[in-house]
Amino acid sequence: MPKRAIPEINAGSMADIAFLLLIFFLVTTTFETNSGINRKLPPPQPEDVDPPIIRQRNIFTVVVNKNDQLLVEDQLMEVTDLRKAAMDFLDNGASTNDQGENCNYCKGKKDPESSDHPDKAIISLQNDRETSYKTYIEVQNELVAAYNELRAREYARLYPGRDYLADEEEYTTAKTPEEVKDRLKPRLERVKKMYPQKLSEAEPKKN
Amino acid sequence: MSKFKKKKDGGLPPVNTAALPDIVFMLLFFFMTVTVMKDNTLKIKQQLPSADQLHTLDKKDPVIYIYAGEPLDQFKAKWGSSAKIQLNDSFKEVTDIAQYILSERADFRQDQQNKITTALKVDGETNMGLISDIKQELRDVNALKINYIANKKSE
Repeated sequence: MPKRAIPEINAGSMADIAFLLLIFFLVTTTFETNSGINRKLPPPQPEDVDPPIIRQRNIFTVVVNKNDQLLVEDQLMEVTDLRKAAMDFLDNGASTNDQGENCNYCKGKKDPESSDHPDKAIISLQNDRETSYKTYIEVQNELVAAYNELRAREYARLYPGRDYLADEEEYTTAKTPEEVKDRLKPRLERVKKMYPQKLSEAEPKKN
Repeated sequence: MSKFKKKKDGGLPPVNTAALPDIVFMLLFFFMTVTVMKDNTLKIKQQLPSADQLHTLDKKDPVIYIYAGEPLDQFKAKWGSSAKIQLNDSFKEVTDIAQYILSERADFRQDQQNKITTALKVDGETNMGLISDIKQELRDVNALKINYIANKKSE
């Protein structure tokens, strides 16, 4: 029996079909920016609790006014210098923490006028209701960066060859296997405990 | 009559388009993999601020979005030109946020409900007053994990 030749399928319109699909996806989808600065809000406070008394030298005040100018520790400052100033403050380690331990990993100047210990150091951020969001994010970014840089420094010292930010990212990603997370968790927590993020935000001033 | 004879040779051969579908499919797959479906139509201007200490929100993470910013030009006649909050597809007031968060939260699985991140997608020119009001509302409903969505700073 003679073999019947199968007629070739005309693929000429394949390109048209593919274009149609392509255009459909172009109009219905977006490039989403899905990354941002993670922050935690303070839980609601009962009205009658007195705020704890904190020494002035343990507070690093950052005020942003309605013209987006920065006042850091009563001095005018540019956003670009903020990270360095915040790191100097956090890393000062002039005295001991509540448990009476010295900050043996601090590399700061040990200035008695600045913070006692990273455990006690608090950054207080205050903004005006008319501050622009862009400036606020820039300031937040620099302050978070100050903590992250210090933590990364200690992380690299304690666990040579590891990168704090990469490990942190891996730990928080949902698809990382549990055993990897369990291995990373104590390391990350150790460094976070060395420089706890104490970033307080006051209610904005009303004009 | 031979003047009008068609030229048989010397013309360009037709371009081979056999590989065209492959090229288009390649583009198609690129767009399918790197983009996501639009879930909300933005009615506000959105020029996100930039930062470099970014944390990427995974697609699997439970996230609730709150948009804020100046309404787009076609909505200004009705909604004014001051910054507004957009929840899902419509403009809302600050006081509606609590209700919105609670109803969105109920849609997530039980074990995810305490891990919800509230992502704030806010235009850079917005005043902080509005953001503070939003944050206060979020505190009241105990939605404490927030994420300020920002673009990666290019240096």
